Amino acid sequence: MSYLSHFFESLLSTLHDVLPIAIILFFFQLAILRKRILNLRQILIGFVFVLLGLAFFLEGLEQALFPLGKLMAEQLTASDFLGITEDSLGNWSNYLWVYVFAFAIGFSTTIAEPSLIAVAIKANQVSGGAIGTWGLRIAVAIGVAVGISLGAYRIVTGTPLHYYIIVGYVLVVIQTLYCPKSIIALAYDSGGVTTSTVTVPLVAALGLGLASNIPGRNPLLDGFGLIAFASLFPIMSVMGYAQLSEWRAQRDKRSRSENVRS
Amino acid sequence: MLESVRDLAPIIAVIGFFQLVILRQPIPDLGGLLIGTVLVVLGLTLFIHGLKVGLFPIGESMAHDFARKGSLFWLLAFAFALGFGTTVAEPALIAVADEAAKVAATGGMIENTDPARESYADGLRLTVALSVGAAIVIGVLRIIKGWPLQFLIVGGYIGVVIMTFFAPPEIIGIAYDSGGVTTSTITVPLVTALGVGLASSIQGRNPLTDGFGLIAFASLTPMIFVMGYGIML
Repeated sequence: MSYLSHFFESLLSTLHDVLPIAIILFFFQLAILRKRILNLRQILIGFVFVLLGLAFFLEGLEQALFPLGKLMAEQLTASDFLGITEDSLGNWSNYLWVYVFAFAIGFSTTIAEPSLIAVAIKANQVSGGAIGTWGLRIAVAIGVAVGISLGAYRIVTGTPLHYYIIVGYVLVVIQTLYCPKSIIALAYDSGGVTTSTVTVPLVAALGLGLASNIPGRNPLLDGFGLIAFASLFPIMSVMGYAQLSEWRAQRDKRSRSENVRS
Repeated sequence: MLESVRDLAPIIAVIGFFQLVILRQPIPDLGGLLIGTVLVVLGLTLFIHGLKVGLFPIGESMAHDFARKGSLFWLLAFAFALGFGTTVAEPALIAVADEAAKVAATGGMIENTDPARESYADGLRLTVALSVGAAIVIGVLRIIKGWPLQFLIVGGYIGVVIMTFFAPPEIIGIAYDSGGVTTSTITVPLVTALGVGLASSIQGRNPLTDGFGLIAFASLTPMIFVMGYGIML
């Protein structure tokens, strides 16, 4: 019974998310465009699928994966688990498992992120298959993984957030100059889509756990910032992925033309 | 269904590995975990299907219709409504705004009373929603005019960097994070479909290079607006 009522709560909150969007869409469609919607039935069915799907998805996450993931983040950051004594306090190398966990959780939650799947499907369609859905998603996931581990390292060492972010932006700008033009928009977009339903709660729990277990860190101030890292690094990794594929394509072409000549 | 299982396998592997091998603890409530995982897989499958038959087609068909109608004003009004309307009620944003109000109250930026915190959180939420609305408007204008994305984004980044030096330190972390939380699971596919649809109905635009990029704006402007909010207060 409690399962059921909890599920209805999830359904209601999803409805609350979908409703404003549906109202805006239908208002503009009917009042401004004044056009009948093609395949109205199919689109409404699609909305129902999205609504139910998101409700199930969130319900399952909240029932199973989030409690365990949050518990693990707390346990992994506790000082008795890491074997931290008074003398070695604040020594960043003691937190090795935290970085490994940050990397793994960043990677795996990004692979499951529904909005990233959506963007990957579209990118694959638009590029005529040149951009593989899995290639893009793995590139983004690696970026998030690196970003979250670095963010965890920053909380452990207590260095100011904006140094990292500013250096990151400078790197992004330099990379933009050298990467294939066709990927730039997609790379910038992938920074924003990585952090939603699955990643944010787990990553926030990790940041909060770390900041409250390390003396001298203020959970309110230092717990923030992990999401910023998770949105910055995918931009670099996606551009890197494009540069790598371009480089490989050129190398293949070169070796092929050499074969022809010989 | 199989695809969804594959999408979720890494997460389950990571949690299982850390729980059993590193923390060496049994998994509490294994039954609940399994039921939850089944729900997640089912939910993801339904969502992706709904995306393909519902959200993508309507986003694209509306983009085509707006392009054909040729009224820039209504297109921009639609873009703003979509950005503002989907963000203002976003639960992740409400959570972050409340958290930010606590930070501001302990930092002495505002009075530590309930009404003061509430008005600060509401102001922040409105600021972020406005910024996302503005972002989609700018992004749509860029697609129509064919401005190169990188100049706008790089200019925005420079703006963020400069503002970081003037913004109160308490707000910087929140500002940076707010860029990430604004784009929800339903907004992203719709906005992507809108951009790609517009770029493919306007002559001379390439859906890949011009169609994407709306979300990039939606993650950039909140940082600028939130720091601006912090500076003004």
